[in-house]
Amino acid sequence: MDPVTRVTGRAVPLDRGDVDTDQIIPAPWMKRVERTGYADGLFEKWRADPSFVLNRPERSGATILVTGPNFGCGSSREHAPWALRDHGFRAIVAPSFADIFRGNLPNSGLVPAEAAPDVVAALMRATTDDPAATVTVDVASRTLDCPAAGVRAEPFSLDDSAHHRLVNGLDEIDLTLALADRIAAHERTRPAWLPKGRST
Amino acid sequence: MATTLADAIWDRHVIERAGAHGPAGRASADLLYVDLHLLHELTSPQAFEGLRAAGRSVRRPDLSVATADHNVPTDGSRLPLADRAADRQLRVQIDNCREFGVELHPLGSPGQGVVHVIGPELGLVQPGMTVVCGDSHTATLGAFGAIAFGIGTSQVEHVLATQTIRMARPSTMAVTVNGALRPGVTAKDLTLAVIARIGTGGGTGTLIEYRGAAIEALPMSGRMTVCNMAIEAGARAGLIAPDDTTFAYLEGRERSPRGALWERALDDWRTLRTEPGAAFDREAVIDASAVAPQVSWGTNPGQTVGVDGAVPDPASFADPAERAAAERALAYMGLAPGTAMRDVPISTVFIGSCTNGRLDDLRAAAGVLRGRRVHGRVRALAVPGSSEVKRQAEAEGLDAVFRAAGFEWRSSGCSMCVGMNGDTVPPGTHSASTSNRNFEGRQGPGARTHLVSPETAAASAVTGHLACAADLPS
Repeated sequence: MDPVTRVTGRAVPLDRGDVDTDQIIPAPWMKRVERTGYADGLFEKWRADPSFVLNRPERSGATILVTGPNFGCGSSREHAPWALRDHGFRAIVAPSFADIFRGNLPNSGLVPAEAAPDVVAALMRATTDDPAATVTVDVASRTLDCPAAGVRAEPFSLDDSAHHRLVNGLDEIDLTLALADRIAAHERTRPAWLPKGRST
Repeated sequence: MATTLADAIWDRHVIERAGAHGPAGRASADLLYVDLHLLHELTSPQAFEGLRAAGRSVRRPDLSVATADHNVPTDGSRLPLADRAADRQLRVQIDNCREFGVELHPLGSPGQGVVHVIGPELGLVQPGMTVVCGDSHTATLGAFGAIAFGIGTSQVEHVLATQTIRMARPSTMAVTVNGALRPGVTAKDLTLAVIARIGTGGGTGTLIEYRGAAIEALPMSGRMTVCNMAIEAGARAGLIAPDDTTFAYLEGRERSPRGALWERALDDWRTLRTEPGAAFDREAVIDASAVAPQVSWGTNPGQTVGVDGAVPDPASFADPAERAAAERALAYMGLAPGTAMRDVPISTVFIGSCTNGRLDDLRAAAGVLRGRRVHGRVRALAVPGSSEVKRQAEAEGLDAVFRAAGFEWRSSGCSMCVGMNGDTVPPGTHSASTSNRNFEGRQGPGARTHLVSPETAAASAVTGHLACAADLPS
């Protein structure tokens, strides 16, 4: 995975709470067996409305989504981050994220930037008023900047695990495989009664 | 220091602690061993493809079990399916499981069913285990006193390759349900009432332990219903301390331990409890006797009221965000503020899913339907949660009760819970559904979902509008 140390760009303000992954990518798209090709499915139902913010020409090319609390709730589908990524988003700024979704974003190279509600509200206002307003999500320092919103070096939270992997572009599986001996040691201590599948 | 059940189980599975220095540098979160990895067709193909591309193998195919549930038609169809994309995905799953040596219960096989239903049925989920699956409703399995949670496809790939998952330790929350549920009030009503109380983000970042007399009184089916919707309260997972109800369910199951091993397992399982005095990070207390049959009115599971209630006026919400959400929800649902929930007309009824597709759920619904007929405008589906549930239901004649009432008796799968397998609710119409999510479009484009218990779904099928079983003339 390529390192992601900073995302700078224009933003799409989506001022709604509890946006669920069924809205981000409807279930029928999950019949696909690929990791890419989900751009057209992103917010498919909401985009049927020509006035929906993502349809506005001035929002084309935006790389940051600014949205409400509990973003990404519901299904664990990683197709949701894939759709956001395929559309061109690289970072999501919200007051809070649903747990599974928050974990899925960095695995697709996207940054979940959880910021204080007043900071998100300032970004929401500024990017709604000015589609050309630039937002910077500095992953390395875990801070946000948006001059148009008067936001300077405001901290956002990003757990250490996601931070480490994003900034260094690390493959988590490789990191864990280096611990194979310890995994094997744990396996030798597992109780004998634990159930097994019928491996073929 | 006294330990919670969730922390005790977590500690047993930590291979590397956050902050430790290992061969891969400083650990950024705990590395947790996974005792059981369940897989379904939707969220695993890209993970297997990733393994193949990197030349990796599955570390423990013997701790992995797969089934087909989301994409399968419930009309009895077999491969090849008319839906080419679904057909391809199911074939890819068969090929992947064969190539990597993973046990698979495919469409048409006797063990097929909704993944969260077949795991317990086989005895694969036992107290003290860690269980993951690329599906948020894996939380269901916490009912056995296990830590069970949903993961994304990249994590599925990580678990396949390493049998571990890297995750920050969640905080803990206690939801204590005191007293007893009133007659006619079910585990589904309870879990909906909890979400309405603590909110869709009320459990975010936590493992919820459900406890108290009303939880202890639930059978395993009800406990699974409660834990199933922990995710709808935002929690990582829900769990319930194992007890004699749990052990009685597990004894004699196909993959449960036997003989001396069973005795050893029991000795261990009986120690799995939150120690007296252990502190939770968050707590909520619910009075079970105050819970009424619940129906959702909006587009998230927290937007729920008692069946005696009415559609709320968005203006009644003090929080502007909640008010805006309620306005959007009512616009989508086509409901006016103040409408009595019993006045909402129902044209589709769905009984099934990982929330309410077990034998006890079908028995409860059949109990309401016996000797009654589905209303003329209603299409009603009964979809057993697994092929085994279907066989058992048929052995005791429940299929005949559903059919006589005018229900379609289907084959097992996720069906109308996920709206992608041919079973959908028509646009602009209302369903009474025993599933877990009333999100916009969840049951099909424009579908208007009301989340309810199996009893309420059955009663609504009979009356043609939202109703609880007590409303029906005896």
